[in-house]
Amino acid sequence: MTNEPRVHGFAIIGMLALSALIGPRAEARDLTVTAWGGASQAAAQKAYFKPFTAKTGIKLQEDSWSGGIGVLRTKVQGGNASWDVVQVEVDDLMLGCEEGLFEKLDWSRLGGKDRFIAPAVSDCGVGAVVWANALGYDLDRLKDGPKSWADFWDLKKFPGKRGMRKGAKYTLEIALLADGVKPQDVYKVLATPEGVDRAFKKLDVLKPSIIWWTNASQVPEMLASGEVIMSVGTPGRLLAANKNDKKNFKVVWDGNLYSIDHWVILKGSPNKEQALELVSFMTRPENQKQLPSLIPLGVTNKEAIAQADPQALANTASNPENTKNAVNINATFWVENADQLNQRYNAWAAK
Amino acid sequence: MSRSAAVGSGGIAGIDSTALKAALRRAERSQNLHALALVAPLLLFLALNFVLPIGSMLLRSIQDPELTTTLPETAVLLRGLEGGVIPNDYITSVFVTELRQTRDSGALSAVANRLNYDINGFRTLLFRTARQLGEATTPGTLDELVRIDPRWGQRETWAALQHASGPYTSFYLLAAIDRRLTADGSIVTTPAQQAVFIDVFKRTFGISAVVTVLCLVLAYPVSYLLATVSPRIGNLLMILVLLPFWTSVLVRTTAWMVLLQREGIVNGILRSAEVISDPIQLVHNRIGVYIAMTYVLLPFMVLPLYGVMKGISPLPVRAALSLGASPFTTFRRIYLPQTLPGVTAGCLLVFILAIGFYITPALVGGAGDQLISYFIAFYTNQTLNWGMAAALGLVLLAVTLLLYGVYTKLTATSSLRWR
Repeated sequence: MTNEPRVHGFAIIGMLALSALIGPRAEARDLTVTAWGGASQAAAQKAYFKPFTAKTGIKLQEDSWSGGIGVLRTKVQGGNASWDVVQVEVDDLMLGCEEGLFEKLDWSRLGGKDRFIAPAVSDCGVGAVVWANALGYDLDRLKDGPKSWADFWDLKKFPGKRGMRKGAKYTLEIALLADGVKPQDVYKVLATPEGVDRAFKKLDVLKPSIIWWTNASQVPEMLASGEVIMSVGTPGRLLAANKNDKKNFKVVWDGNLYSIDHWVILKGSPNKEQALELVSFMTRPENQKQLPSLIPLGVTNKEAIAQADPQALANTASNPENTKNAVNINATFWVENADQLNQRYNAWAAK
Repeated sequence: MSRSAAVGSGGIAGIDSTALKAALRRAERSQNLHALALVAPLLLFLALNFVLPIGSMLLRSIQDPELTTTLPETAVLLRGLEGGVIPNDYITSVFVTELRQTRDSGALSAVANRLNYDINGFRTLLFRTARQLGEATTPGTLDELVRIDPRWGQRETWAALQHASGPYTSFYLLAAIDRRLTADGSIVTTPAQQAVFIDVFKRTFGISAVVTVLCLVLAYPVSYLLATVSPRIGNLLMILVLLPFWTSVLVRTTAWMVLLQREGIVNGILRSAEVISDPIQLVHNRIGVYIAMTYVLLPFMVLPLYGVMKGISPLPVRAALSLGASPFTTFRRIYLPQTLPGVTAGCLLVFILAIGFYITPALVGGAGDQLISYFIAFYTNQTLNWGMAAALGLVLLAVTLLLYGVYTKLTATSSLRWR
């Protein structure tokens, strides 16, 4: 008898647990766009999201993420994706397209493939922004600063620590550039075992002087505090710090590594039609040309590049001057070799 | 105890002792049931939120589901095959048929990723082969596969497929201790360039041991002070110990980054005091990790020590001193043994917490100072190789339990017993 209320309690707990497992069912929701948060998303909001709702009357929800194909897999294969339009990196674009996580784009709705720069065009995605990793330093600390990755390795002329991104990606490319490999040959060399050895050998020299960062937002802080004298970093953040925090950071564009983020539509989106309308809106020249003035990032629509404020565009990877002696990050290479090279990097770094 | 007493007096009242025993057992059982019912919610909670998820995560370290789900018949056939043999045309034709189906359903990526863990380049090999196989008209012979890519004629390629044919695998666990299976099934060490985990495990336990010793050396006098000063000052000092205890680890670690950096406060003071002329590197290296981890874990050593020291009577120490023992002998033979339960509990607490540290070494350490949890997080979040993450977790758990066993054996007499 006395046990009865307790049994009752368990039944309730059991039901709660069950209902938590089953979860709420899909229901009609507003169009949702997901980007990378922070300053870049704030700029996209101003240039794209707000004007889109104002113009079309379509309600728009925002979310932010920090990449990773696993997140997209879970969203799509779970069958209840809460996102529609997502800004993804090239590797995730490739993997996701292969795995059928994204809708194929109707390019006629975007005005045709030839309106965009070539690397911005693919079956599943259209280029959103062009970003880069370049050499950055503080002009207040180094009057006559480094000019190239070879200078980055010159510890006699520029004593002090160097900041680099923790991981094999970008680091190996930069090592080869510093060792005299031409930008167009970097992946050819890196595809051979001797090339990988060469990159690690070059890194051995600099290793005691490297401080590894994990998030690009650390770079302006490390440069400002004098923790490092120069660093690999994203020009967008460094130049934003010049504007917002009165810093005097300098970006060396020579030998930068650039890549493109893409807009994709998740497979099975209940708002597919509206999603395509949003992607089309965001890649139209009259809208895309606004972005570089808000944040130093390049854009992908040829007309937008022509119409954007040249002053703003000068500091982005959209400026042809800036990609003349630069490496276009090869996502195919990294999808294939990341496991092996990261393992080797981890083993190398740990010693 | 109560039972034996009751049984002992059982016969006196003339009641049948077996009936009494049965009644007693009933009463005890119902009491046990009540007690069980009281802790049942906790047990249920632990089972649902602790045992179940951790158990299923650890299981991933030996499961190999990719091939069995996407290429099921091939997996079965390969499992029946002798080790290190190139399969016949029947098996390859099944493989080719299933490969076509998988390609068309877009499920090839999972199995390609799995095989790429084993042999770099397998991803492209599989995708290229699947693309070039074309429609069902091309025969699925071995020669056809070799024509597409000569690697299909190598034993290593098929051995990798065979090792992945599931349903269980030793691949991840072997990789977690820097070992791998060769084509003919023998276990060899990973090439030095790729071997990392043994070193990282050693480093994890090494750093944790150093931090534990540092904590003990620092906390012992502090705890003694706390336990012996007047309650008013003692409480004040206790707040100083506890205040950081209640602050986020992230905040405290970041604070150390500010203090220790090149132009930070510590270097500033040392330079203005002319102890050093050039700033010394205190962060992004091992020194930073020791300092920050010791600081974060110090309260976990102070509290058990304080608890034990508070309960130690001062009288034996005074007696020893008055009987002519030197202060050191008094400490060594009278005081220290009494504090050992606190020392062992504190050391165990700090050590176990230290081996799981992630955020502190990630922030104040360099690339060569990361503990095993960094790699577990790396495989969980970045590369999504959950089998590898689970295997590292399993090895860590096993080694920790082993060390715990040795430790309790060594300290069995004094502490860690319910008192």
